[in-house]
Amino acid sequence: MQKIEAVIQPSKLDAVKDALLEVGIEGMTILEARGHGRQKGHTEFYRGREYTVDLLPKIKIELVVRDEMAEKAVQAILSSARTGKIGDGKIFISKIDDAIRIRNDERGPSAL
Amino acid sequence: MLTSAALVLMMTGPGLALFYGGLVRRKNVLATMMQSFAMMCIVTVLWAIVTYSLAFGPGNSFIGGFHYLFLHHVGLSPDPDYGATVPAQTYMIYQLMFAIITPALICGAFAERMKFSAMCLFLALWTFVVYSPMAHMVWGKGGFLNAALGGRVPCLDFAGGTVVHITSGVSALVCALYMGKRVGYPKEPSPPHSVVLSFIGACLLWVGWFGFNAGSAVAANGLATSAFVNTHFATAAAAISWSIAEWIRNGKPSALGAISGAVAGLVAITPASGFVQPMSALAIGAVAGAFCYLMVTKVKSWFGYDDSLDAFGVHGAGGTIGAILTGFFATSAINPIFGAGKATGAIDGNWHQVLNQLTGVAIAWGISIVGTLILLKLVDMTIGLRVTREEEIEGLDVTQHGEEGYDFAS
Repeated sequence: MQKIEAVIQPSKLDAVKDALLEVGIEGMTILEARGHGRQKGHTEFYRGREYTVDLLPKIKIELVVRDEMAEKAVQAILSSARTGKIGDGKIFISKIDDAIRIRNDERGPSAL
Repeated sequence: MLTSAALVLMMTGPGLALFYGGLVRRKNVLATMMQSFAMMCIVTVLWAIVTYSLAFGPGNSFIGGFHYLFLHHVGLSPDPDYGATVPAQTYMIYQLMFAIITPALICGAFAERMKFSAMCLFLALWTFVVYSPMAHMVWGKGGFLNAALGGRVPCLDFAGGTVVHITSGVSALVCALYMGKRVGYPKEPSPPHSVVLSFIGACLLWVGWFGFNAGSAVAANGLATSAFVNTHFATAAAAISWSIAEWIRNGKPSALGAISGAVAGLVAITPASGFVQPMSALAIGAVAGAFCYLMVTKVKSWFGYDDSLDAFGVHGAGGTIGAILTGFFATSAINPIFGAGKATGAIDGNWHQVLNQLTGVAIAWGISIVGTLILLKLVDMTIGLRVTREEEIEGLDVTQHGEEGYDFAS
């Protein structure tokens, strides 16, 4: 099992969700997040005082999938979330040791 | 006059409450608005009991006496010295609205860090120690600086450049210096949580100010019109000059800059409004806008004091420049206060008036610095001025009032 965490532009959420459903991903968790990478942010002035607004609104998608689904999901996110501009976000992939369905103690990939 | 009085009250609530409320962080919005509202209530009761008497009752050159205690002798027949055509109580209630907004203006300096209890005590005492004597000196009969009723040094102050804006602005500076900076200032950003609220507040201030300045003619006459026109002209000019200064320096004219410039213009024209020609009003506004911009953006950071909402930079600086410029631009063509045909300001050839204005300014600065320092020390030693560091970080709304301005969860 693998966990895919993708930080994307808020405006791309619907497109990414649709793309993931299309390749057969059934579950996901969406978080409203703030952050920045190389995009930095912008500057605001209030009575001469300069403020750098460096944490911009982002959406974070988390999904845990079977190994064979991981690459499909990544491709779906890449193709749907890309605008080509700085600030499009990043995808992180990690291994998951176990998964448990709270309802009935089911474990492993079948719990996904 | 009653309408003007109502307009001036509108300047404090909701005008100033919104203006200041928008400029603080979200966790302090109610506490900041409550400061203005508390003044509406506390100063009113004190005024009814004793401070009106101290400001406008018969007394010596520096303070009134107790003749008007509990509003005795302040009835519905006119007091010819203050307003021959309006009931004495009309004049009293009109002047009350000035006494309310003046301490409320100071709140801008210590916003986001003073205890509510300390604020109430300090400002209540302040109306005795600073406001009442200053109002008596400038507007009270026989006051030391009174230009119309037998003062020794006739200082021209039509609607409160010295009495309202210098006293509040300079006291604000003393508060900012005495109390020290907010936690995290200037490293952590503390941008306004809603320029929208401030915008509405500033526009209410602009409208209310017609009551403040035109009403100070204490009659519906040509002088009132003159003050109304000057108020409007200076405000527009100041908003433009602040915006241009900002546009040149930052590349963008901000909404907060435009409204701050407007308030600076309103402040600066206040002492001059019933003495100058409309073209002079444009000039006073243009100077005040750029001057206050410099005070707020440059001078404040040079000296490093934390005047949170720029009460000194706008009211202290704008009031001072306005009081001095009044000495230059006052003309007998608008208001022959020294007698028909007699020169009023420098523009008429009476350069000595500039000196009189400077005397008034110096006295206003002096009484504000000394009075405020003593009172701050007193309150600090008794009940303490500042909230704790933890309370300050959590916000004054929750820690001082037990509520929040915005509950997005419900």
